Amino acid sequence: MFSLEGLKNTIHYTLSASLGTTSTLLVEMLIVGICVISLFAVLGLVLVFMERKVSAYMQIRLGPNRVGFQGSLQTVADTLKLVVKEGLVPNGADKFLFNFAPFLVMIVAMLIMAPIAFTKGLQMWDLNIGVLYVTAVSSISVIGILMAGWASNNKYSLLGAMRSGAQIVSYELSAGLAILTIVIFTESLQISKIVESQQTGWWLFKAHIPAVIAFIIFIIAVTAETNRAPFDLAEAESELTAGFHTEYSGMRFALFFLAEYVNIFIVCAIGSTLFLGGWMPFHIGHWSAFNHVMDFIPGIVWFFGKIFFLIFVIMWFRWTFPRLRIDQLLNLEWKYLLPISMFNLLLATVVAIMGWHF
Amino acid sequence: MIEEVAATTEGDLVINIGPQHPSTHGVLHLFVTMNGETIKKVEPHLGYIHRSIEKMDESLSYRQFIYSTSRMDYLSSHINNHGCALCVEKGLQLEIPPRAKVIRILMDELTRIASHCLWWGALAMDVGALTPFFHAFREREMINDIMEESCGARLTMNYMVPGGVMFDIQPNFQKHVKEFVAHFKTKIGEYDEMVTNNIIFQRRMKNVGYISPEDAVSYGCTGAVLRASGVKSDIRKIAPYDGYENVKFEEPLEMAGDCFARYMVRMKEMMQSLSIVEQLIDNIPEGDFVAKTKAVLKLPKGEFYSRVETARGEFGVYIVSEGGLTPYRIKFRSPGFSNLSALDHMSRGQKIGDLVAIMGTLDLVIPDIDR
Repeated sequence: MFSLEGLKNTIHYTLSASLGTTSTLLVEMLIVGICVISLFAVLGLVLVFMERKVSAYMQIRLGPNRVGFQGSLQTVADTLKLVVKEGLVPNGADKFLFNFAPFLVMIVAMLIMAPIAFTKGLQMWDLNIGVLYVTAVSSISVIGILMAGWASNNKYSLLGAMRSGAQIVSYELSAGLAILTIVIFTESLQISKIVESQQTGWWLFKAHIPAVIAFIIFIIAVTAETNRAPFDLAEAESELTAGFHTEYSGMRFALFFLAEYVNIFIVCAIGSTLFLGGWMPFHIGHWSAFNHVMDFIPGIVWFFGKIFFLIFVIMWFRWTFPRLRIDQLLNLEWKYLLPISMFNLLLATVVAIMGWHF
Repeated sequence: MIEEVAATTEGDLVINIGPQHPSTHGVLHLFVTMNGETIKKVEPHLGYIHRSIEKMDESLSYRQFIYSTSRMDYLSSHINNHGCALCVEKGLQLEIPPRAKVIRILMDELTRIASHCLWWGALAMDVGALTPFFHAFREREMINDIMEESCGARLTMNYMVPGGVMFDIQPNFQKHVKEFVAHFKTKIGEYDEMVTNNIIFQRRMKNVGYISPEDAVSYGCTGAVLRASGVKSDIRKIAPYDGYENVKFEEPLEMAGDCFARYMVRMKEMMQSLSIVEQLIDNIPEGDFVAKTKAVLKLPKGEFYSRVETARGEFGVYIVSEGGLTPYRIKFRSPGFSNLSALDHMSRGQKIGDLVAIMGTLDLVIPDIDR
């Protein structure tokens, strides 16, 4: 099976042969940091381009098609424009919080990247409470949004931030419970173990009914958590112009924008790790020939394929659904999703205890 | 305005929506007093696009002033022009040829469909769905092309003149209109699928922005806003003009009085307009497209009033003539102004998201309100 274990070990041994333990660690951290930052930059470019093309496809138009081949360099041009744009700070704004908020949101997005397993041997930090870490750290981003809304000294921003706070705190419950459903089956919070437990089949199929319910709830909840339509109340351009980032311009705005897309990538990565087998290829029972063919496709391709499929689904939501109202949004969570996911957790426990799953 | 700020109690959030805001569709300024997300009071501030068209028209001749009305409600400029032409014809006691009448009705109904298409897309955009706007524009574009072909313009047509229409229709007119009708019939199902039957959209619309029939009448609402409260008010039925009495169509009514009722009335109106177009497109009589008039029009001394049903409601033209070359005084009764006055009544106690939805179903065109 395709693995990057060898590459990782080669780098490690080459470095430790010439450097001490501490220096090796430092150099490795530097390499990882550069990799993460470049992944972020590439993700931002690719996802923004993808969003524009998907929306263009849904809206019977062409989308960007002037800069580069089929408009592929459009996002680069947009980024350049944002970089050279003046970053204004409004009068009466809390300068420190105003400047710090986009960085906080970005830092959180980077932190959640740590335990994600891209393929066998390509994982930054395989900590034993990986899933718990992801849910815990992702909660911090709401502080960044609240900070941005409060510090902007703008009523639209404040309303957007308050909405976002209520929304993210609520929907984290359902997302957490949906994640727990899978943890019950895997009996581990470690991401690598969760992926390995799906060697024989993805949890979406192996754990049938509870997993499918959990998957649907998870997709709804993470769409809300990343402030995407139909739950984009924090931005709600027809109501609050741009919500919490109304006053942001230039690079600070770009950071919010990038963080949104990176967050989508991360939640889709978590979703595909838990429900769709992470980097595991698609296997069907005893069709050994088919399974062998599938094994030839590298795990990283599988992983990114699954992620981009989920991202496409989330973009599909955005360009087809109207937006919910704030009270309807909270009703949906507290009256429907939360009871269903609690019941689903019980169901999953029963299924796991009785061994009714494959 | 300063008094209003002082009158709010402590803890109220006062927010200015507009004059530059994505959902006011123009330079409307709403002064909204809120308690958290709940609206306590909405106060529209007008005048940002006031061009004093009524005063300007006092120095324009009876042929010229019609064109200024295209700039009022630019989405139904045909129908505005029609109302003005009717009023002048009433003054001149001019009988217009049957061909001109049919062309006028056809153009009016196509305009109504185009206007409702835009409204549909904009309403969907107001409640957060961005895609329908482009789908609506696909159909609207076909109508604009038809208009461009026959009238020479796409938005401010200036096609109606006292006594008929300015040019005859182009030879391809009937073919293109038939193509449009066939195309639109296949797409209207898509509209329902995308927006009308969407559960989120229905939840956003139902039981939002209720107005009772009594209140709707007392606020002077007309058009779909009044018909959604169950009051028959279609000028084409009450006081038919230019041959509307000869075509078969229904006046869609809804009883609920909420945003969804207004939405449904307009959706049904599109179908009714389409059926009128279908009835008339093969029956355009031969003959003159404009009546013989004098080069210089002079209305006799007196007061003249005519009204038409635009895409937004009742549009009235009131001309006071002293017998000169220009009107002594002109007053337009625009539907948007009266419909906007009910906004405060409808949106009290609702959320800010509802305010946007209510504004969307009122179908406001700001130059129509400000004139």
